[in-house]
Amino acid sequence: MSAVLKPKSKLIVCDGNEAAAWAVAAARVEMVAVYPITPQSSLVEYLAKFVADGRLAAELVDAEGEHSVLSVLQGACLAGARTYTASCGPGVAFMFEPYVRTPGLRLPIVMGIVTRDLLTPQSVWGGQQDAMSVREAGWIQVYCESVQEVLDTTIMAYKIAEHRDVMLPVNVCHDGNYLSFGAARVELPDQAEVDAFLGEKDVNWHVALDPRRPMAVDPLTGGAVGSGPATFVRYRKGECSAMQNALSVITEVHEEWGRRFGRTHAPLVERYRMQDADYALVTIGSMTGAAKDAVDAARERGEKVGLLKVKTYRPFPVQAVAAALAQVKAAGVVDRSVSFGWNCGPLFQDVIGALYHAPRRVAAMSFIGGLAGADITTGHFDEAIRRVAELAQGAAAGGTVWLNEKD
Amino acid sequence: MSATTMLDSAAEFDVRDYLRAEMMPHFLCPGCGHGIALRALLWAVHELAIDKDRLAVVSGIGCAGRLSAYIDASTFHVTHGRPIAYATGLALARPDLHVIVITGDGDCLAIGGNHLIHACRRNLKLTCLMLNNEVYGMTGGQVSPTTSETRVTSTTPLGNSEPHFNACALAAAAGAGFVGREVTHHVPKLKELIKAGLAHPGFAFVEVMTDCTEIFGRKNEMGSSAEMVLRQKSELRPSAYRDTVDMPFAAKDLPTGILARNDRPEYGEAYRRAAVAIKSAADNPAAGRKSRQ
Ligand code: SF4
Repeated sequence: MSAVLKPKSKLIVCDGNEAAAWAVAAARVEMVAVYPITPQSSLVEYLAKFVADGRLAAELVDAEGEHSVLSVLQGACLAGARTYTASCGPGVAFMFEPYVRTPGLRLPIVMGIVTRDLLTPQSVWGGQQDAMSVREAGWIQVYCESVQEVLDTTIMAYKIAEHRDVMLPVNVCHDGNYLSFGAARVELPDQAEVDAFLGEKDVNWHVALDPRRPMAVDPLTGGAVGSGPATFVRYRKGECSAMQNALSVITEVHEEWGRRFGRTHAPLVERYRMQDADYALVTIGSMTGAAKDAVDAARERGEKVGLLKVKTYRPFPVQAVAAALAQVKAAGVVDRSVSFGWNCGPLFQDVIGALYHAPRRVAAMSFIGGLAGADITTGHFDEAIRRVAELAQGAAAGGTVWLNEKD
Repeated sequence: MSATTMLDSAAEFDVRDYLRAEMMPHFLCPGCGHGIALRALLWAVHELAIDKDRLAVVSGIGCAGRLSAYIDASTFHVTHGRPIAYATGLALARPDLHVIVITGDGDCLAIGGNHLIHACRRNLKLTCLMLNNEVYGMTGGQVSPTTSETRVTSTTPLGNSEPHFNACALAAAAGAGFVGREVTHHVPKLKELIKAGLAHPGFAFVEVMTDCTEIFGRKNEMGSSAEMVLRQKSELRPSAYRDTVDMPFAAKDLPTGILARNDRPEYGEAYRRAAVAIKSAADNPAAGRKSRQ
């Protein structure tokens, strides 16, 4: 990320939740529906404040639960409004029914997930189990590393979601507790430049609730009996190809952002000190900062370690991951969530799936840390680097390593 | 004998007998009305001599939802809005238990509103204690379905513009067997109301008007917790008082006490009776056919 301040931008100090609200105002969102939940609550309070201040010209619906929140937004989006909400943890679980319908309806809704661990045991702390649990539902998911990235990515999300080759909803994920409440110096882009960047809103050209062009939105399709499954299959294939289109759209949108605002973020994956690396860590979200520090320290000790950060998780950038890891002997993937049936982290599964496309076998191991708000410190990453170095030298991978097991 | 125990009509009631000491100190803010409601509930349980081993308390999410963990009984802290649904399964499976739901206005009327109306309709024996403080306290004071119009919350910085629910009218209209309301200002009356609810052989809905002092009170400049409790009192007085003595408190016309009661069949009993009848008809098909002719 470069630090050249554009002439008309403003510097503010805010946390990730406020940064997301600033982005919503800058994107001129017209309909916001919310239900408070820790650690997202302050985000919706900022939105309410911005509406009251006149900074955000949106309708704000204090809905009776997350299930209603996303249903309200579907109605609004079908009527042509640009929409936003944010949730997390059990809130995402409760909205699952309208959540899984949104991609099939091809509605470009943007929703922040202020990631929080799922129940049970009861916990209100950060963790990525909520977002990871809905990773196969058809939403685009991007994970942020910094407060600035939350702001910039939330604006970019509209351009990605509304792109005619995509037309899919986007989750902008930022880590609960760490990014939600961690304050940083942030550059607020100039409104006219954001307007020029986003262009005309384009949300319901394909499917609409509009008396001038009546249509039956989502009637029952044929199945094993009746007219046959062809319509259903066409929808599913359409979603899949839109997901693949999103890989290049996300890349183009990030490049345009860099050109216009002088600040660049890696769109799909970020390679950090990967040149000549013998082994690597793979990270996602805000843990990446501590991991980079640990990599720097190891490099000073002469260890040839690099880091690959995954920003875009759905669609999964299979080729970019495979290419980035093709040269290393071993990779250690650090997850903040669990894949129960596989006894490893979900990102680990995706990475080993991508490594199938690498020209030769790359050994890999799974680390799980940061559950229920636990800190993944540079000490934990030192330990992970040590284990991955052993793996690169031919040691057996062994089982999943639980980083905070003794904390 | 301490002054506190003198105040209790049943001299032997000691709230500590019903609390989990290991969970102390509790997390409630100083002056929060929820502690008063919890004590009134335990006092009612004590006076009805309900065995703690036969007491199950189910609570949802929010400041009210945290209370179950403090009670020395079988307790279950469930998901947001769902305590009535969990309690329905529990009460049907174990009709020998006293099942109490502790919920808040957001938990019970917003995200869980659906369960409330169906529990009222079904009239299963449960006691639902809804602590109404007009706000989502735990998440920082957002608007709830019982927030009075014009009140300031963190999601209605210019004042709430949505109409609010009258929870007791809702429960009565949906058919609840017992409906009552009391304020935390009147602790013995609250205890008596909860006792009547616990003794009712159907679905009992008890709304407790309580104060979120730290969040709602501060945001709306309602003074100290003592002043907030006094305000409850003024809301109960005849309007003549309000216009003179208690100004500038807003009039609210808040009826308290038992507001509705009916003797509709209790669902669990009716269900078990019907099950026996269906089984005997199945065991004796000839008799069943005859009776239908
Ligand atoms: S936030 Fe309000 S309701 Fe919750 S414990 Fe504090 S005073 Fe009570």
